[in-house]
Amino acid sequence: MTLMELLTQSLEIIVAVAAAPLFLGWINQCRAWLQNRRAPSVLQPYRTIRKLFHKDAVIANTASPLFRITPYIVFGAMTLAAAIIPSMGTRLPFTAAADAIALVGLLATARVFMALAAMDIGTAFGSFGARREMMVGFLAEPALLMVIFVASLISATTSLPAISEHLATAALGLYPSLAFTAVAFTMVLLAENARIPIDNPATHLELTMIHEAMLLEYSARHLALMEWAAALKLFNYACIGFALFVPWGLAAGAVAPTALLVAIPLLALKLALAGSALALVESVSAKLRVFRAPEFLATAFMFAVLGLLVHLLLGA
Amino acid sequence: MAQLSWDLQLLNVCAALLLLLAFAMLSQRRIVTLVNLLALQGAVLCVATLLLAWRTGEPHLYFSALLTLGLKVIFLPWLLRRLIRQLEVYWDTEPMMNIAGTMLIGLMIVIFAFGLAQPISALASTATRSSIGVAVAVILLAFLTMITRRKAMSQIVGFLSMENGLFFAAMSATYGMPMVVELGVALDVLVAMLVLGVFFFQIRERFESLDLHHLESLKEEK
Repeated sequence: MTLMELLTQSLEIIVAVAAAPLFLGWINQCRAWLQNRRAPSVLQPYRTIRKLFHKDAVIANTASPLFRITPYIVFGAMTLAAAIIPSMGTRLPFTAAADAIALVGLLATARVFMALAAMDIGTAFGSFGARREMMVGFLAEPALLMVIFVASLISATTSLPAISEHLATAALGLYPSLAFTAVAFTMVLLAENARIPIDNPATHLELTMIHEAMLLEYSARHLALMEWAAALKLFNYACIGFALFVPWGLAAGAVAPTALLVAIPLLALKLALAGSALALVESVSAKLRVFRAPEFLATAFMFAVLGLLVHLLLGA
Repeated sequence: MAQLSWDLQLLNVCAALLLLLAFAMLSQRRIVTLVNLLALQGAVLCVATLLLAWRTGEPHLYFSALLTLGLKVIFLPWLLRRLIRQLEVYWDTEPMMNIAGTMLIGLMIVIFAFGLAQPISALASTATRSSIGVAVAVILLAFLTMITRRKAMSQIVGFLSMENGLFFAAMSATYGMPMVVELGVALDVLVAMLVLGVFFFQIRERFESLDLHHLESLKEEK
């Protein structure tokens, strides 16, 4: 473990935690442009988080300690996930400890704790939000795993940095299998991050909520952490997507400071493009009924499995 | 990973697209969209044939690409759309069994087809032998499309999609059938379509619906 690797690692975590609300703000900005209205500043998520940190927390008197510690666990899990995903360099000391499958498990841990905390208070909205979240989660997880398996099969490893290093250096060609899995991954990203075809992040109607319904009982610093963790989750998913499908520009191999200097603006560019693409997808699609969500995710799963089969048969 | 030449890569993309379109047809509820998907499948097939013709330099493949374009991309979809217009079944949606379940069965079928095609691909000597599995999968998926539908219109579309799969299978196993056979098949499909078009009107006059389960009872009264 060299000093440079350690530096890359800490830079990655700091950038992920610091830039995640900005990414969310940028998506909101793009959505507002597409809807022909004036957007709040891109810094609005930071202001919200700051405001929430200054408030006094109110907690239901039926709450157990689980309810109090969940925001810290969720935020910690997302930060740890950010440490494993190669967003700038591929030589990360942390990634020796956990591969892509462990990453999926880490995201699942956060989800389980969120669902438990939502049920903890015993309000109706909290528990139905938790149930819906678990339904979406159990359908999205196999699809995400399949996506990762396809990339692992191509590069013969389950370690994310090794996968992106392999894909970045492979000869340029047409890979229908990767194209299919990219579609599947995008669908999983939308479902897992409570974006529009499955859940509307801007809704005020409790009956249609999934993610928001789980946060209804949280306030002040707990809510701030939960919202920050949600932004971080979206950021992480975007970075997983980059690592698998557009790995070019990562500081691969032994890192030199100059490679990092190239990687950071490239990451910013990729995030800006991905954010506007996400806003476009969200603006052109309508929210599905909850009962249609299994269909949506089954399609994602099918895309991922088709990618796997096409890779096995055609070798592409 | 061994790097293939670009035309083979494009052929692989075409094969993958055919498979995807077969799945899209399997999950589609609207009849008009189903016909559009069929036309798209024909177009992909046409591109694949052209690529193969360019690669192998076989002149009869150019003819069959032309035949595909004329018949499967332009004429048959036009005929089907006209039929839809005349029968006024534009917005006819199909009550189907659970889409997610159908797609999972479809995935099983694809795995089965790939296993089935393995020995055939081992015997074939063409450069496109790996797509035989895809072709068999497209045939079986079209078959599944026909099984899960009840309306006459969508069964016809499934039938035509099956023909597309057979054509692709012949193409990837032996670089296409002889010209005479291809012309014969094209004529058969054309005649079948025209006869079925007349048949549809008869079915609808008799039962006032295109739902084929009316045909299952053999006696008039029960």
